[in-house]
Amino acid sequence: MPTWSTFVWAFLVGGGICAIGQLLLDFSKLTPGHVMAMLVVAGAILDGIGVYDPLVKLAGAGASVPITSFGNALVHGALQEAHLHGLVGIITGIFEVTSAGISAAIVFGFLAAAVAKPKG
Amino acid sequence: MSVTKAQRDNYQQLVKKHRPARTIVKNTIRAFIVGGLICEIGQVIQTLFIRYGHFKPTEAGNPTVAVLIFLSAVLTACGVYDRFAQWAGAGSAVPVTGFANTITSAAMEHRSEGWIAGVGGNMFKIAGPVIVFGVVSAFFVALIRYIVTHL
Repeated sequence: MPTWSTFVWAFLVGGGICAIGQLLLDFSKLTPGHVMAMLVVAGAILDGIGVYDPLVKLAGAGASVPITSFGNALVHGALQEAHLHGLVGIITGIFEVTSAGISAAIVFGFLAAAVAKPKG
Repeated sequence: MSVTKAQRDNYQQLVKKHRPARTIVKNTIRAFIVGGLICEIGQVIQTLFIRYGHFKPTEAGNPTVAVLIFLSAVLTACGVYDRFAQWAGAGSAVPVTGFANTITSAAMEHRSEGWIAGVGGNMFKIAGPVIVFGVVSAFFVALIRYIVTHL
């Protein structure tokens, strides 16, 4: 159950990850696409070395809302399936946890294009 | 009249001297606050899912992400998110709402080119790299983890 400290950490960790993203944008002059890809890869690696789960436990949505959690969730789905079905599970399970994010984005993005026109 | 290299270098130095250094600090603080607030909204939604939707704390992240994506798609459709993103920078781009925004705005922008080639073909134009690099890196990370734990 999230407590008051979760709300505080959610702000600090979520804000911190976004601040890192902004610093990468400003200092490296990389495109937003590069920075987002880097953050996702970082999330996958952090989960691989077992750091991301404790962070989610501490900060709740602060760790699960930034894009880094996408990398984390991909690794989670792959390992979850791999523990059940062996090596092939990495391929069959990789999108298992991230399904919510990707399918919601596709469906709502499609509907938005159907009903709204871009402004400006 | 052509511009010599010395003049160009001189100009570059001039630009550098006058570029405000404070914008980096300001941008970072702004990204921190906006990103933190979006995560805070996510935390409120997640808590509601746990309390009233009977989700386990470990499983409440997924429906939360779906709700945030819905909100982001609505705000993008209204033309609000993109204007907000110009001001907020990474604060609005790094959370999952930014991911949804890139997909929604690409779909809307290319709607005039038709449903298949326009919407379908361009939806992942900006979000694609995130998925490609996420999946490839997750594959290798999971493979290494699997090999290490099963040796």
